[in-house]
Amino acid sequence: MIGAFVIFRIDRRTGIAVYAQLMQQVRQAIRMGRLAPGDRLPTAREVSEQTGINPNTVLKAYRELETAGLVEARQGSGTFVREHLTPLPDSVEVLRRELAGWAVRAHAAGLDVSDMQALIAEVAAGTAPGAQGERRVG
Amino acid sequence: MSADRVPALEVTGLTHGFGGRRALDGCSFTVPEGAVTALVGRNGAGKSTLMRAAAGLMQPDGGAVRVFGNPAGDATLTRIGYVAQQPSLYPMLTVAQTLALGHRLNPRWDTAYAHRLADNAAMPTRARVGALAPGHRTRLALIMALAKRPGLLLLDEPLAPLDPVARAEVTGILMADVADHGTTVLLSSHVIADIEGVCDHVVVMTGGQVRLATEVAPALDQHLVVVGAGNELDALGDTEIVTARTAGRDVTALVRAAEPLPDGVLAWHRPTLEELLLGYLRVAGPESPRKVTT
Repeated sequence: MIGAFVIFRIDRRTGIAVYAQLMQQVRQAIRMGRLAPGDRLPTAREVSEQTGINPNTVLKAYRELETAGLVEARQGSGTFVREHLTPLPDSVEVLRRELAGWAVRAHAAGLDVSDMQALIAEVAAGTAPGAQGERRVG
Repeated sequence: MSADRVPALEVTGLTHGFGGRRALDGCSFTVPEGAVTALVGRNGAGKSTLMRAAAGLMQPDGGAVRVFGNPAGDATLTRIGYVAQQPSLYPMLTVAQTLALGHRLNPRWDTAYAHRLADNAAMPTRARVGALAPGHRTRLALIMALAKRPGLLLLDEPLAPLDPVARAEVTGILMADVADHGTTVLLSSHVIADIEGVCDHVVVMTGGQVRLATEVAPALDQHLVVVGAGNELDALGDTEIVTARTAGRDVTALVRAAEPLPDGVLAWHRPTLEELLLGYLRVAGPESPRKVTT
């Protein structure tokens, strides 16, 4: 069995729904290359035992990730990272450089990292399509 | 969890008094099979009484409790794993003797599971139950309840006596059991961090009455937290206000509303689980008609 190794870290005090935290961490792991195409995600049972999360919550996160096209469920064998993930567009690098410049100005204006995160989250939530209720998709 | 399945637990009009005090006052709710439900309430709200009635250990003054469709009582005991706040274990028996007793008394006892759980908890098997630390005693009571292979687990503040490591371990064990066997769980707690991500349903009690009984995810979408100056709340019209708290000029209110508010004077957001539960926990019971303010 392919031993995909994701350790989920769940913070129950953030007010961010736990399944949204799971989704975000899988996305992050794929983006950072810690999860490669074809890797198996831990089963709901494994995640439940390790983190004390309701298995239904884990399954919900996996279903949402499947809808988003990041993973696929294979009958009887588990949930796997999709083979042909669309790589992030090159424009991300441009956006990143723009944001770096903005971060320097924000820092100069006295904002710390969490201020910036809050500001970005707020602005993004106000502009992304279907942004309302972003915390709990679906 | 479809509607036509017999619920694991069905409580109807449950009423019970101690002396002149009504501990339970017309409680009704259902727990669907496979759900993990938090029973939330302040001290004295009636949670433990309700648990005992659900376990069939108490004859209520009025109302009915059905477990997998059958009236709660001796007949339903084999399908229930109940852990009281003060677990009922025999203090003179050793841990090993207690587990052996579990094997003799319960037809579906899972010996291998019981021993695995006892090993995980580093349970001193030769120690007498009366000499165990409170955390170990609670874990032993949980092992007794789980190894019985019940369909419904009733856990009265199961995590309260446990240290943080044991809390995480026990929650993991419970959730793995839910994953493996589809066990239905009703657990009482007033620590919201113990509920987040664990429970998919909640029942909130105040003053012996059920204020909210719902699946968590849709309930969050059906409420708003609204903040504004006192008179601005009039803009809510006939929207149902669950509770409102005043701090200086501002009023923070939990309201029942599926639709977002139009842009205007009132700031609002969807509640977190904590905001939702606190909002309902602050609903005053009938016997304490006090205004809820800061």
